[in-house]
Amino acid sequence: METAVRFDISITVNGAAHVLDVAPNESLAHLLRERLRLTGAKLGCRSGACGSCAVLVDGRLRNACITLAVLLDGCSITTIEGLADGEVLHPVQEAFVESGAIQCGFCTPGMVMACVALLNENPAPSDQEIREALVGNLCRCTGYTKIIAGVRRALDALQASPERATISSPAR
Amino acid sequence: MSDYRVIGKPMPQAGSREKVTGAARFTDDLPFENLHYGAILRSHLAHARILSIDTRAATTLPGVVAVLTGRELTTTFGVLPTSYDETALAVDKVRHVGEGVAAVAAQSKALALKALDLIVVEYEALPAHFDMERGREVVDHPVHAHGKGGTNIHKEVNLHFGDVEAARRETVFEAEGSFEFAGVSHAFLEPHSVVAEYSPSGELTVWSSTQVPFYVRRALARVLGMDEDRVRVIKPHVGGGFGGKSDPFPHEMVAAALSRKTGVPVKITFSREEVFISHHGRHPSRISMRLGADRSGKLSYLDLDATIDGGAFGSFGVVTTYYNGVLTQGPYRIDNFRYAGRRVYSNHPPSGALRGHGAVNTRYVTECLIDEICEAMGEDPCSFRLRNALEEHTSTANEYRITSNGLRECIERVRDASGWLQKYRQLPYGSGVGVACGFFISGSALPIHRGDPQTIVRTVKEEDGTVTVYSGASDIGQGSDTILAQVTAEVLGLSPGDVRVVSGDTGLCPIDLGSYSSRVTFMAGNAAREAAENLKKALDTGDPPVGHGEYISPRMGGTYKGAGAGLSPSYSFGACVAEVEVDPVTGTIDVEDIWLAHDCGFALNPLAVEGQIEGSVHMGLGQFLGEEVRFEEGRIANASFLDYRIVLATDVPDIHAIIVESNDPEGPFGAKECGEGALHPVLPAVANAVHGAVGIRLRKLPATPERVLAELKKTRRRK
Repeated sequence: METAVRFDISITVNGAAHVLDVAPNESLAHLLRERLRLTGAKLGCRSGACGSCAVLVDGRLRNACITLAVLLDGCSITTIEGLADGEVLHPVQEAFVESGAIQCGFCTPGMVMACVALLNENPAPSDQEIREALVGNLCRCTGYTKIIAGVRRALDALQASPERATISSPAR
Repeated sequence: MSDYRVIGKPMPQAGSREKVTGAARFTDDLPFENLHYGAILRSHLAHARILSIDTRAATTLPGVVAVLTGRELTTTFGVLPTSYDETALAVDKVRHVGEGVAAVAAQSKALALKALDLIVVEYEALPAHFDMERGREVVDHPVHAHGKGGTNIHKEVNLHFGDVEAARRETVFEAEGSFEFAGVSHAFLEPHSVVAEYSPSGELTVWSSTQVPFYVRRALARVLGMDEDRVRVIKPHVGGGFGGKSDPFPHEMVAAALSRKTGVPVKITFSREEVFISHHGRHPSRISMRLGADRSGKLSYLDLDATIDGGAFGSFGVVTTYYNGVLTQGPYRIDNFRYAGRRVYSNHPPSGALRGHGAVNTRYVTECLIDEICEAMGEDPCSFRLRNALEEHTSTANEYRITSNGLRECIERVRDASGWLQKYRQLPYGSGVGVACGFFISGSALPIHRGDPQTIVRTVKEEDGTVTVYSGASDIGQGSDTILAQVTAEVLGLSPGDVRVVSGDTGLCPIDLGSYSSRVTFMAGNAAREAAENLKKALDTGDPPVGHGEYISPRMGGTYKGAGAGLSPSYSFGACVAEVEVDPVTGTIDVEDIWLAHDCGFALNPLAVEGQIEGSVHMGLGQFLGEEVRFEEGRIANASFLDYRIVLATDVPDIHAIIVESNDPEGPFGAKECGEGALHPVLPAVANAVHGAVGIRLRKLPATPERVLAELKKTRRRK
């Protein structure tokens, strides 16, 4: 980021407050990966086409590679690193592991965030709604089959103990 | 088999927890002190002489620490010793759009890119070669000087077993056709990335997103003129490979050279466009075949001609050329077989190995023509395939040794699970079912470099009672670390959690040739089992607590030239039924259900086997329905995920994975491959289903709606 003009922004990342000076063309992905060393969000295309870098901004799914950091003043960001409660995985994370939804794992962080965003908005999605929620996240290993199965497993777990959904609901 | 404690049970992959929490580090995620960034200037011309390269302005840009051109690193390399035809950067001429011409290292990525803009290259354009059919012509400026007799032919294969002409005279049913296949890319999610660090003491460490760390080490040592024991290659987590990371690559050589020049660690991470340019994907292919069956409905001969576009460099292409022919020797008995195949160089980016390597397109042709023969005979395609299935424990006309073979069970299982007998030819217009089979190697019996052991595993009991497995095998997301842990835990009576696998590091691990040709479970699995058994013996006898295991294929096969191609200690078999709906107005194909049975010998980890089947279906559907690397004057016109569209979550059908276990006599606990063979039957099963639905034969892939509509128009004209 070579530009001389910089702006201060205040953001919360996984519950921790940061004041950062950012260049006007700096992406959220750059800020997370290079400056905060949060490398969970992956860069698969740098053009918003694969979803590997997806994070939650104020609870909504965003591709960090095409989100400008300078526009996020006052926002709360949840990345894959902020999802588990200490050693206790979020139900979606746990379900992904148990279902075999993870092969190479490169799409996993973005895919998990997409599923969390879905369940935050729609606690009882149909199969078609699950598929539609994942349409911006590419996976080349699994044929999406075990990922979709993972979402269903997470739904079952959440129905059994609904209080777990609050573990990671993004800080406002 | 139920008496096993660990193997045969579904187990999430080792490392899943790290991956799901964001803790797993891929190459681009690794932290380094004083990291510098490399970038590569790429040719905008497909074929041109380099007259001059002026790097002065780039060299003096503040923040730039090194500039590199091809003249500084002229040693050729490649994956096959017969095709060492790549260089780190172009020397004297460029052979495809996107070939590297110069490189820089700088303090930031932005500075590196700025420096590239300051490099001035003067080219003299040469006539470019894009048409594979013309690859056999003698030309003034072939892509490589070593093309056969002044042509662009890289490799020719001519094989004949039995007597095709005599068999033809006895043939009653015959089908023939010419088919065209677009090039396809791996489209793994993680772009290639490498970090090289050259130490003051003259040792090079390279972290790379690779399937083949030991081949990368060999190539680095060769190109940089170093001893192999001074080079260490580490494979961090790899975000998918599918064959696209199974060559040593120019950018790995470049990063190493830049680090050696500067003494600082240098990272190169590709853009998505660079991934496409460097992809070494499935060869664009043109294939003609004639296939015959005798009065009794037995396949009598197969006569095949294939031309494949190799692009600018060799890669695995010699093997691909063979595989296009010889892997039609299964899964059916065809005693009269003739193959004429050739790979031609062109000024396209290089083609190489992609899941199902070399045999996917000819499998498509074979299975489509079988469907036509069945139609002419009025026979059920499942019954025809059952009649023609190779037997267990037999050999083929080209002298493959066939051992375990679950093909019959695969066909019966998909037939029954799909309700085939109630559906075939009984669905309304627009709906259809189709069937096809598959066949693939469990690793090549011959190592690429003669004398290399296939794999060695060393297993050590630690003082705390846990066990560490050292293996060079490369887990690229397929789950090989998990397999090694399961096998070891099974033998030693441990839980898999007490087994640590250290893998993919040439500095710590004994050799493994890499994750390609579906070799790892069979070969490293066998070595891990032997190592664990030897450790057990050592513990019993009080010897040092170390067990050694290795795998070297038994001697097998013929003695003719090319007999080693496709030769494997074991083969996988499979069958697929697809059910589709075709919209005759829009030409769209909706694949609704896929039943795929795969004989993996024994499922050491059924969860992983299902995952391989489901991933194979995804990739096969993509190639059939729409994936195509499009070229415009040698430039890839769709080098992004928006334009090169892989199958999305909304498009993927319900996939019914069926595991068939034939218990291979030589596989580890009976296991054999499942990662590539499962792709083979997918494309033709869907094609045959489309024929069942609307009566068209698709001979050009991908089967875009435009092509479907054009074929439908032809059938209406015929009526």
